[in-house]
Amino acid sequence: MPYKFLDDIATADVAFEAWGATREELFAASASALLRTMVHDPEAVERREEIEVTVEDGELDMLLFSFLQELVFLKDARQLLLHPEMVRIAEKDGRFRLESVLLGERIDRQRHPLVVDVKAVTLYRLRVAFESGIWRCVVVLDV
Amino acid sequence: MSLPPQLRRISPTVWELPVSYKDGMLVPARIIATEGLLAGMDAGVFEQAANVACLPGILRYAYCMPDGHWGYGFPIGGVAAMDPAGGVISPGGIGFDINCGMRLVLTTLTEEEVRPQLHQLVDLMFTRIPTGVGCTGFVRCSRSEFRHVLEKGSRWCLEKGYAWPEDLEMTEEGGCFGGADPDAVSDKAVERGFDQIGTLGSGNHYCEIQVARPENIFDAATARAFGITIPNQVVVMFHCGSRGFGHQVATDYLQSFLRVMTTKYGIKLHDRELACAPFRSPEGQAYFAAMKCAVNMGFANRQVILHRLREVFSQVFHRSPEELGMHMVYDVAHNTAKLEHHQVDGTMREVLVHRKGATRSFGPGMAGIPECYRETGQPVIIGGSMETGSYLLAGEAGAAATFFTTAHGSGRTMSRHQAKKMVKGQKLLGEMEQRGIYVRTDSWGGLAEEAGFAYKDIDQVAAATEEAGLSRRVVKLVPIGNIKG
Repeated sequence: MPYKFLDDIATADVAFEAWGATREELFAASASALLRTMVHDPEAVERREEIEVTVEDGELDMLLFSFLQELVFLKDARQLLLHPEMVRIAEKDGRFRLESVLLGERIDRQRHPLVVDVKAVTLYRLRVAFESGIWRCVVVLDV
Repeated sequence: MSLPPQLRRISPTVWELPVSYKDGMLVPARIIATEGLLAGMDAGVFEQAANVACLPGILRYAYCMPDGHWGYGFPIGGVAAMDPAGGVISPGGIGFDINCGMRLVLTTLTEEEVRPQLHQLVDLMFTRIPTGVGCTGFVRCSRSEFRHVLEKGSRWCLEKGYAWPEDLEMTEEGGCFGGADPDAVSDKAVERGFDQIGTLGSGNHYCEIQVARPENIFDAATARAFGITIPNQVVVMFHCGSRGFGHQVATDYLQSFLRVMTTKYGIKLHDRELACAPFRSPEGQAYFAAMKCAVNMGFANRQVILHRLREVFSQVFHRSPEELGMHMVYDVAHNTAKLEHHQVDGTMREVLVHRKGATRSFGPGMAGIPECYRETGQPVIIGGSMETGSYLLAGEAGAAATFFTTAHGSGRTMSRHQAKKMVKGQKLLGEMEQRGIYVRTDSWGGLAEEAGFAYKDIDQVAAATEEAGLSRRVVKLVPIGNIKG
């Protein structure tokens, strides 16, 4: 998977690094890492329901923050666990606009091996950068 | 880990970073810890305590409690009192889980009476008190009704039959922060939390059946005053907060403060997680009013869980909750900001106290605690890991040094991932059962993450608060049953 959990950043919580050839791949990888944080086996989450998420921000790192935060919101408000299906990021007048499609289903305690509830995406050490030809990010989740 | 060379020993339990430690510090930072606990603290504690000392309007010192570890913005265990007139309010000084707190409930049952029914009892608790990722509660509450929950907290529960009148008296601030304004809260926050009343959540949140063994009583007179009167008496302790609602309020205002902090108010900080706004500004007042809504949601949440617990015990033991003596010892928050009166430079004045992973600890004789605890000091509940036990303490006069604040828990020393590598959830469950602790969870991985060895030694933390004069140990409570998300 294009992400790994980082052990030495967040003693009490969960930190991950994700990467991708494009910004879109990076954001999708981050959404997958968020799902894996909550569910031990993400493939147990079936792609039954389609959700569109659109967010905007002037900064790329805050765009990622808002995108992941929206998925945390959907987990509580609609009990949805979601896989990224499509991510598109456009830049216009110095602002980023992310449009995405996610597929998933409602939490089912019988079928989904749950790990831990995510309370919030944090700004602690949050970074999104293009380095050595690849997009990378670090995200810390409050759980 | 090596300690910052500038750290000075003020007393055996007080350590100080001077204002010269970091650019922008307005006051020194003080870490309350024994030498042993200090040596185990991560570097984040010192950096973050120093960052907190840079916040406009901070009074006396930025503090960190003996269970401190790195957090977001503030360290966990961070305490800062601000001048309401010129100072700021910071969501990072309260935490994402607003009014995360502890509640302790008595029974008149003994361990001997509970043991034979333990599995049935814990299984039924696990069925009736929802836990885990995205869980929702049994209370059917419309979005408009939810506004009343936000305004009234535990008082709403009393109106709906989920509380005894005495429960409110035994809750910090009577279970309701005045001045909560639902209009300051986003629709998203309501959407996220309106059906989560009466749910535990996950992570380190739990509901635990515990025993007060005679050999674990430190202060018999105060234990009696707190209702611990029978050898091997069974009590129930639980730890949870304002759930998705509070998390969303914190997230909303973190973003809103970031937009105005520098551009509108000219505040520059070392860490975005310390985003803040002047307390008296429109943004600061809006957050304070929204935070109070989340505080009230947290009180209502724990109150409805207590209601369910009383039902469960009543069903298992075929006696009414009143006959089972299911009175509250106390409910105390450890993630809040409050206007309180404290001594600063020799005068009593109103200050805004941020407590993040830190518990209010009012001493004997102080206003604001129930009449029955006036002589003993306020009950302080410090939760340990699910394996090692927890503490009931009493507030002390010496806590004046920290704006009447003490520790809140044992504090993690090992990452979740590392804990999972060390032990598998199912194996841990088996080992705990052999030691007489029956646990129900719907997350094996989550269970492993909460293993006792991942936390600081709760005995050392509780002893350190006593040595520092913040709170005195009354009884150590050991677990026999636990549900967690």
